[in-house]
Amino acid sequence: MTAVLVPLVVLLPLLGAAGALILGRHRRAQMAVSLGVLAAVTVIAAVLLVSVDANGPAVVYVGGWDAPWGITLVVDRLSAIMLVISAIMLLVVLVYSVGQGIADQHRETPVSIFHPSYLILSAGVFNAFIAGDLFNLYVGFEILLSASYVLLTLGGTGERIRAGVTYIIVSLVSSLFFLSAIALVYGATGTVNIAQLSVRLAELPGEVQLMLHLLLLIAFGIKAAVFPLSFWLPDSYPTAPAPVTAVFAGLLTKVGVYAIIRTETVIFTESDVTVLLMVIGGLTMLIGILGALTQADIKRLLSFTLVSHIGYMIFGIALGTQLGYTATIYYVVHHITVQTTLFLTTGLIERFGGATSINRLAGLLKASPLLGVLFFIPALNLGGIPPFSGFLGKTGLFLAGGEEAAADPANAWLVWIVIAAGAITSLITLYALTRFWNMAFWRGRRELEGYESVLLGSVLEAPEGATVTATRTTPVLMVVATSALVMLTVCLTVFAGPLFELTGRAAADLLDAGAYVSTVFPGGIR
Amino acid sequence: MTASLTLVVLMAVLFGAGVSIMLERSLTRVLIGFLLVGNAVNILIYLMSGAPGLAPILGEGVDPDTISDPLPQAFVLTAIVINLGITAFMLALIYRSWWLAQLGAKGDLVDDEEDMVEDAEEAADLIRSSAADDQAIQDLIDASDEEPDEGLELEASARDRDDEEGRP
Repeated sequence: MTAVLVPLVVLLPLLGAAGALILGRHRRAQMAVSLGVLAAVTVIAAVLLVSVDANGPAVVYVGGWDAPWGITLVVDRLSAIMLVISAIMLLVVLVYSVGQGIADQHRETPVSIFHPSYLILSAGVFNAFIAGDLFNLYVGFEILLSASYVLLTLGGTGERIRAGVTYIIVSLVSSLFFLSAIALVYGATGTVNIAQLSVRLAELPGEVQLMLHLLLLIAFGIKAAVFPLSFWLPDSYPTAPAPVTAVFAGLLTKVGVYAIIRTETVIFTESDVTVLLMVIGGLTMLIGILGALTQADIKRLLSFTLVSHIGYMIFGIALGTQLGYTATIYYVVHHITVQTTLFLTTGLIERFGGATSINRLAGLLKASPLLGVLFFIPALNLGGIPPFSGFLGKTGLFLAGGEEAAADPANAWLVWIVIAAGAITSLITLYALTRFWNMAFWRGRRELEGYESVLLGSVLEAPEGATVTATRTTPVLMVVATSALVMLTVCLTVFAGPLFELTGRAAADLLDAGAYVSTVFPGGIR
Repeated sequence: MTASLTLVVLMAVLFGAGVSIMLERSLTRVLIGFLLVGNAVNILIYLMSGAPGLAPILGEGVDPDTISDPLPQAFVLTAIVINLGITAFMLALIYRSWWLAQLGAKGDLVDDEEDMVEDAEEAADLIRSSAADDQAIQDLIDASDEEPDEGLELEASARDRDDEEGRP
């Protein structure tokens, strides 16, 4: 019954983008279209989640062509969870950007281009989450990447073009990797349908499997910004407008993580790269957070913490146990929300304080206590302070790690090292964020001149010190959107019990690749 | 699975050339490199369809075993379309960055008033030069009415002057 709704999550944003493009000259109508479309998708995603959780995965054979020939769309619990959380994020960030656009007369975000690109980005993200075959996943990636190129270079200033070029070239290379991997997978198995691949790849010789597996992991690793492939992220994200950075930071890397989860569970059931993922996860955490330590600019600092915290998810995936995936999916949801919130708050700080550098911000708490709250809660959350969701997610991951170490003594030392790295990363995150809090919020405005502190000794300014003029106004819509997200992060904590149960069921789905296959092929594979 | 050796060699050459051009600093070359590698990947996909056969149209009396695999062809078509879109965007980006580089440090922040003054000067120049051209043409017509030889000379001299002005 609800299967009818599945294609709508891609179709609605695409039609909305067309509508928004036609309505380019009528701002209000355009905003109404975009907000309406994303609100509708959010509702659809919620309905899908409830229905999928109750009745099992929804499968749609587009155009009536049966799998494996036609395009198959599959929504299982993991897809539905990702759909819901990303739809909510996209909607809230759109509200925020509408607030910003109204206040700035659209200088930052030329609205006639912004809304259609934003909707196409949404369509790409949703398409990636419901894709039932590798090639459709590739198309989803390309849709969201093309839109993200436009959004990242919005306005075409020199700084954004410079940052955009890095991002675009890296993304192009990763797409070429992905496409080559698809070609080779097709050559080896004669299919790109994920369910059929799950069966056929397992029959290949081990070396061939490993090569295909690594090729796909490289492609997804670039998108997810996993350690050796993460160099591009801190350089390209911070220059974009605040809402764009927030969406990119929250969602785009998680699409890569989602693809890695699928690769590790359903697609490659036999090929095992646990140790590699474990090492990469640990290195991603540590090296990312060490980069964050030296940043004076809060946007760059947050970009580095973003890279670093991808490491936790990779660690959870590497464990490959039910508890590991349960905690990973919860952590993905938590991290999408918290990272988006922090970037939105940074946008508010930028407007209110007129800078994003720790060296030039002071006295914010006195000037705006609300801003203090909006920064403080997600910052503590990201740092992993109990009782927030960051703490719960990390605890879940560490518990899963402990369990795995006990079950598999051969790799136990590696697991414990990565857990230690995770704990250290968490503490350093907390240090970096409280340092920002101390300087920007607690320091008095008059102390700004000639202030000296050991805390500021080692920080580096952004390579191109962006000059922002303080507008001193924080439009109501922007504050409302950010507050809503902060509330959501608190809800993730309050409703952690039911959420963990849900992600637990999603994890059980993932580990049962056979069930996935029989859902897509109810009559069995020929 | 059988594959054409020509295509394999072509793919390898395209991959090699494309990657080496992509490593250059210039954005235009990166784009050209991307196009080459993109086409190499397309050929790779096509190679995966195995031996060529009849057109993949199922009909009466066509043995499904003799047609070529249509799926990779669909993939290649999709990939070509995506590459086309991205190339268009990259070209726009290259043009924009070239334009910003021409402006130098001024970038987008060219003063509006300064702009208007420049515009006014340009317009005045245009009017002056077009007036001169009009005059030259008028002279030419007048001259041709009276003395054909003199007219040709005038025309030649006018062309010379235009050439000189045309040079940067």
